[in-house]
Amino acid sequence: MKKVSLLVVISGVVVGLAALALTYLGNPANMGFCIACFLRDITGSVGMHAAAKTQYMRPEIIGLVLGAFIAAVATGEFKAKAGSSPATRFVLGAFVMIGALAFLGCPLRMVLRLGGGDANALVGLIGFIVGVLIGVFFLKRGFSLKRAYAASVHEGSVLPLVSVGLLLLFILVPTLFKLSTEGPGSQHAPFFIALLIALVVGILAQKSRLCMVGGIRDLVLFKSFHLLSGFIAILITVAIGNLILHKFTWGFALQPIAHSDHLWNLLGMVLVGWGSVLLGGCPLRQLILAGEGNGDSAVTVFGMIIGAALAHNFGLAGSADSLNEAGELVVGGISNAGKIGLLIGFVVFIIISLVNLPKKQQASIADKEAA
Amino acid sequence: MIDARGYSCPIPVMMVKKELESNQSGVIEVMVDSRCSRDNIEIFAKSRGYNMEAVEDNGEYRLTLRK
Repeated sequence: MKKVSLLVVISGVVVGLAALALTYLGNPANMGFCIACFLRDITGSVGMHAAAKTQYMRPEIIGLVLGAFIAAVATGEFKAKAGSSPATRFVLGAFVMIGALAFLGCPLRMVLRLGGGDANALVGLIGFIVGVLIGVFFLKRGFSLKRAYAASVHEGSVLPLVSVGLLLLFILVPTLFKLSTEGPGSQHAPFFIALLIALVVGILAQKSRLCMVGGIRDLVLFKSFHLLSGFIAILITVAIGNLILHKFTWGFALQPIAHSDHLWNLLGMVLVGWGSVLLGGCPLRQLILAGEGNGDSAVTVFGMIIGAALAHNFGLAGSADSLNEAGELVVGGISNAGKIGLLIGFVVFIIISLVNLPKKQQASIADKEAA
Repeated sequence: MIDARGYSCPIPVMMVKKELESNQSGVIEVMVDSRCSRDNIEIFAKSRGYNMEAVEDNGEYRLTLRK
């Protein structure tokens, strides 16, 4: 019985090393990769939000999509498909992003933060697991966003083509884009090195099906450690790397680009875990699937971009812990608007989870609630 | 025959799991349309003591699981 795939473990190790390298080369601390943060930076870079500290054309996103595209085409796995509740996926993607930006990281950054000693990520992980369990509850009762159908090659190529377009525009006309001069958006590894690293990771992620939510989900559903082994490999690699580089600092307060408001860290990641299970994969996996020709995942990514714009235009995103002028800790967190945004997300996810159950399951759950 | 074409992970494996728990004959046939679903079903089938044969036809896979 082969429960652990060597390819998944190798991919996890490479992702961990890549994240360490990107941070070493200039990315923000514990942010070698963060799909949510980097999509948010791209959203700002094209002027869809005005948060001046989070605007950059992150080559990591472009590289992941194109790496997956190259791997899929080269091995005959590119398959254009679409039509599995795309509008619902768009909404799910938007709220997954709002949840991730409340926590200040996608599931992948949650693992990287944990590997850097950020104990808030442990709180996030607990929330993430709770969210996955809620999603699995609905999956077991027949939740489905219905099937996708074969689509035209150009439909399946939308996100790879958008990625190429952004890449060319950024190289040829960089003045088109807004670029942070301070804050996380201004911290980045050299563009082409980051692009190359992300291409390699995109290829491996496509071949291994690496997915942060899939690991916990499959352990619960099928008692399979297959995908979880990648998750653990990333964590161990990053933790060892940070220890060697003296970048491992355990604690809650003042962790890099993180806040220690536990309740909202937890709830943000509940939303991310739940939504990612309903979508069939974490934000990283959505990028990879979109690179393989999945139009529904491309729509999900567009939803995440809108979620990022909403999060910053309406002040929903988390703010990091800081020190005031007297040197006292100011615990970050999310605004009241951010709390309301998350709660709206929970209501929306309950509705989506219920209306996509088979009819008899909807009636059964309604009966139990009435009783 | 389970038709799991077009469904995203993990639904194809869940469809097989449900069938496997009720199927008495020891033989299950599944249609999927992605290599990812094919691989995931194979991993799951092996973990439950089934062998799997896969026949590809124009990007779709006909899988036969035998105890």
